[in-house]
Amino acid sequence: MQMARVIGDVVATRKDDTLQGIKLLLIQPIGADGLSAGRTLVAVDSVGAGVGETVFFVRGKEASFPFHPTEVPADAGIVGIVDHWHVG
Amino acid sequence: MQIARVVGTVVATQKHGSFEGAKLLLVQPVALDDTPRGPTLLAVDSVGAGVTERVLIVQEGRAAGEALGRKGAPVDAAIVGIIDSVDVQE
Repeated sequence: MQMARVIGDVVATRKDDTLQGIKLLLIQPIGADGLSAGRTLVAVDSVGAGVGETVFFVRGKEASFPFHPTEVPADAGIVGIVDHWHVG
Repeated sequence: MQIARVVGTVVATQKHGSFEGAKLLLVQPVALDDTPRGPTLLAVDSVGAGVTERVLIVQEGRAAGEALGRKGAPVDAAIVGIIDSVDVQE
């Protein structure tokens, strides 16, 4: 998993049927210092995250697990909202 | 598996149910000379690792879910060992 900041919403009317009703968010991965690390990407949300929040997300097939048994075609999914983190 | 250094802790109240009770640590994958390699990751801890320790991590979903003891958990990284030493020959 990696931490990220939610920086936007993505709206798609035409999409895979299994994605209906699932929130798509634009996220910017961040490092332990809170600074951007890597490319922005779109992730499915299963925890009710919103713009401005710091979240953690999972990459790969596991992104679809929260929607089981529906097999959602996603490769990145937000699985938690970070309250705070501490380095050192 | 990869060698990483535990650099911090993460607290999240709102998270997927399978994370309940799991410890989340910030880990920085490192090269053999301890220089950082790639982005800092979050890993679930199943061995009782702590900040500053050098650990072994798996970065594959099924293995991480097994380390957590829960099948079908949306995790992709887990700490599976605390490294005592690495001996590089040559």
